[in-house]
Amino acid sequence: MLSAIEPTTSWYLILSAVLFGIGTVGVLVRRNPLVMFMCIELMLNAVNLSFVALATQLSNINGQVAVFFVMVVAAAEVVVGLGIIVSIMRRRTNATADDLSGLRG
Amino acid sequence: MELVVFVLAAAMVLGGALGVVTRANPVHAAMSLVLTLFGIAVMFVSHNAHFLAAVQVIVYAGAIVVLFLFVIMLLGVDESEDLSIEPISKQRPLAFILGGGLMCIIIAAVVTGRKNFASGGGALESATLESPDSNIRLLARSIFSTNVFAFEITSVLLLVAVVGTVVMARRIKSLGTGK
Repeated sequence: MLSAIEPTTSWYLILSAVLFGIGTVGVLVRRNPLVMFMCIELMLNAVNLSFVALATQLSNINGQVAVFFVMVVAAAEVVVGLGIIVSIMRRRTNATADDLSGLRG
Repeated sequence: MELVVFVLAAAMVLGGALGVVTRANPVHAAMSLVLTLFGIAVMFVSHNAHFLAAVQVIVYAGAIVVLFLFVIMLLGVDESEDLSIEPISKQRPLAFILGGGLMCIIIAAVVTGRKNFASGGGALESATLESPDSNIRLLARSIFSTNVFAFEITSVLLLVAVVGTVVMARRIKSLGTGK
């Protein structure tokens, strides 16, 4: 009875929408730049999940290729982002995103 | 069976995501992120994307989260932050409205457009059922033939990222000495 229900592609897409929403709220609410960065990773993963779900639905491998490239770019992005965070935090420890207003006129 | 896998993996994903947003300690947030990433990897496996599931575990849970933890420990910010501070007034309600609204818009688009998901010819489906490693073969053929230019460009991107990080994070000792 319960096993008769199969999760369709829409379920995965809705789950990825929820995950994207949680990531968005996290980026907007949290003040620690490291945690904001983790929330960006959540949003990237939500998009990856929808790519894979649609690749299966449309029987097209290019969705999975896109996920592969997103992962590579995410790795590069994390390296650069954490480098920036390290060089900021070295100057002032425990800086939050609100303290980084040095460019304000 | 697939329903059970979906429900368990969805619980992992959503629980981990809520943990990332709500935990005060950055180390706990990173651990919650691992939970989410494993849940996504389980979903990749249930979609027969075995290579991507392996890469998800190795690159995301292995490399990226370890990098996060390394930076947290290096900077010594592994203490809980006070979550009750709200720097801009009404920031949180606005953030919830914005994030929730975005979520509702995407869900509405999915629900109204789900009839338009034309099922393809089933080439991927039959190929993945043929032999267990045919997903990897299909993926490799696409990456190294159709998308080979993008693949080469990503190698340049990684090199630029590594060099840029080294230049940025290095301490410059002899600045201004004229050497």
